[in-house]
Amino acid sequence: MDQEKLERIRELKELWEQELADLKERKEPAETVSGQPVKMLFTPLDTKNLDYERDLGFPGSYPYTRGVQPNMYRGRLWTMRQFSGFGDAYDSNRRYRYLLEQGQTGLSVAFDMPTLMGYDSDSDRSLGEVGRCGVAIDSLEDMEILFDKIPLDQVTTSMTINGPAAILWCMYLATAEKQGVSLDQVGGTIQNDILKEYIAQKSWIFPPEPSMRLITDIFEFASDHVPKWNTISISGYHIREAGSTAVQELAFTLADGFAYVEAGINAGLDVDRFAPRLSFFFNSHIDFFEEICKYRAARRIWARRMKEKYGAKDSRSLKMRFHTQTAGCSLTAQEPENNIIRTAYEGLSAVLGGTQSLHTNSMDEVLALPTEKAVKIALRTQQVLACETGVANTIDPLAGSYFIEALTDKMESEAEEYFSKVDDLGGVLPAIEQGFFQQEIADAAYEYQKAVDRGERIVVGINRYCSEEAPDIEILRIDPEVERKQLERLKRLKETRDGGRVSDCLEELKRCAASGENLIPKILEAVRAYATEGEITAALKEVFGEYREKPLF
Amino acid sequence: MENRKIRVLVAKPGLDGHDRGVKVVARGLRDAGMEVIYTGLHQTPQQVAETALQEDVDVVGLSVLSGAHMTLVPKIKELLTEKGLDDVLLLVGGIVPADDAEKLRAEGHADQIFTPGEPLEKITAYIYDWFKAKSNS
Repeated sequence: MDQEKLERIRELKELWEQELADLKERKEPAETVSGQPVKMLFTPLDTKNLDYERDLGFPGSYPYTRGVQPNMYRGRLWTMRQFSGFGDAYDSNRRYRYLLEQGQTGLSVAFDMPTLMGYDSDSDRSLGEVGRCGVAIDSLEDMEILFDKIPLDQVTTSMTINGPAAILWCMYLATAEKQGVSLDQVGGTIQNDILKEYIAQKSWIFPPEPSMRLITDIFEFASDHVPKWNTISISGYHIREAGSTAVQELAFTLADGFAYVEAGINAGLDVDRFAPRLSFFFNSHIDFFEEICKYRAARRIWARRMKEKYGAKDSRSLKMRFHTQTAGCSLTAQEPENNIIRTAYEGLSAVLGGTQSLHTNSMDEVLALPTEKAVKIALRTQQVLACETGVANTIDPLAGSYFIEALTDKMESEAEEYFSKVDDLGGVLPAIEQGFFQQEIADAAYEYQKAVDRGERIVVGINRYCSEEAPDIEILRIDPEVERKQLERLKRLKETRDGGRVSDCLEELKRCAASGENLIPKILEAVRAYATEGEITAALKEVFGEYREKPLF
Repeated sequence: MENRKIRVLVAKPGLDGHDRGVKVVARGLRDAGMEVIYTGLHQTPQQVAETALQEDVDVVGLSVLSGAHMTLVPKIKELLTEKGLDDVLLLVGGIVPADDAEKLRAEGHADQIFTPGEPLEKITAYIYDWFKAKSNS
């Protein structure tokens, strides 16, 4: 836009501001959910430095602000992938087959706490937790049951597993082999993002150094044998759920992403050999525009740094592909039906932000794991969004909005400021050790809670428009029998498998862990021999030790 | 009324790593003038009870969001009683369905349960009221 026109807009804006002088404003602060003040109006003055080719480009081309595919949802809709798992492998297998029958297009496995932490169901630490907040998996036998009658050459599966990711991934690969599916045909994702565990989600096992080695071992093995696998899902979701702001989610997640890139390069891998299989996972919180800008900024930052700093040449290394889940922490236990509405808006911003796949939360997830009815409504929310609202017709429809472009830029530069801070602390691992991310998130979470308690941040049903009625919806109950049956089956497995072969495999694993060879083939062997997750983890702990966090609040 | 700070142990028993709520509550109680000890994550019931004894606390607050509350809470109450700490106020926060909460209270495993969405002041007021009543009795 030429200077003369901008000058004219500036004059008109002053006139408009004079009009405002006598008008009253609502008393609630105009801020995003992250506490960022938002101006009343954006104009061409806010985007005067925007350069279409440099800052936006076309979908499928650098810097990918507008999306990673040239045709986006006109080619294929996002994958509708509901995160699910509860009880034992039989219970979850039934739920997966139900979801696939309802038109879901990919699977996403939620494991129970013992599985996430590397304990078998029969460990003392597992008491009361078996099958509670996800499915209980102890050995290859459970994984075979979990995917019974689900063809692993046709369905892709995402697994939320981090500390013991290599073990559960090997169980999945061994299950595919048993189905007669070759490894180069198997597709899916393991979360495998240990850095955000130390930062936010807190399901860790080993200290950082051996954990990072397991991750680069996975990168290497997958690039040779499982080329369709997303070896990591670098996750902001949990950082946000732990209470971060949108910019913190953006910055910390990308900082983690770059740390993995550096770890791969330092392990001697060429960046273009593993970077195309890196994927991301973001939260979609309730602040509609802020979220859309976050996704657009994330793609642009990733592409620019991968190209300029890490010298990636393969365009697939520059494209940030991501999964999105609507914000669990935005839901309320009060009037849970309102959560359907919140989730629909959050799903919409994820789609307007160009997500590759989406999980929409069920209305009852703040109370328990979802019932079949609740998860069906959540899936239908996506189907209505995709097929009825018309939002999938045109790509990145909000591009060029003065507000959207100005906020995208602002979030990018604020993320850059965080990258400098992390660099000053010596990088991501030293920053974790110093509690930097953890403290930033705890501070933001506390500020948010205080704003809600003061009534400055309105949450319907919590501090505004409250009703006295207790929630009256059916919730899913996990039968305590699940734990007993799982323990029985595990006992039977341990009695019937070839115990000698198991102990040989575990010895070999320990040797390999101490030596520095790639661990994945050894873990795969142990899994095939029906060594349990707890046994494999215990063997690795002998060599690697365990992580401990210094508590702070 | 005793003129001293109320000592509170906030704890994360079990394998659950969701610590947003527990940290917010810990800070809220501290800002409300209490002495707060936070155990950190992944505590066994034995560790929680032992820390409560060592730290000589008035209140134990447990945060459980993994669904294991019906196992962990009664276990911790039992261990506290064994250690002679049955006069300690036992509070629970987290994802606890209403009928489980009722059962925990009715059977004497916990004194009060706070679920998502409740304001910090409600928790601090509850503790101060309890402490006042106890000191006056």
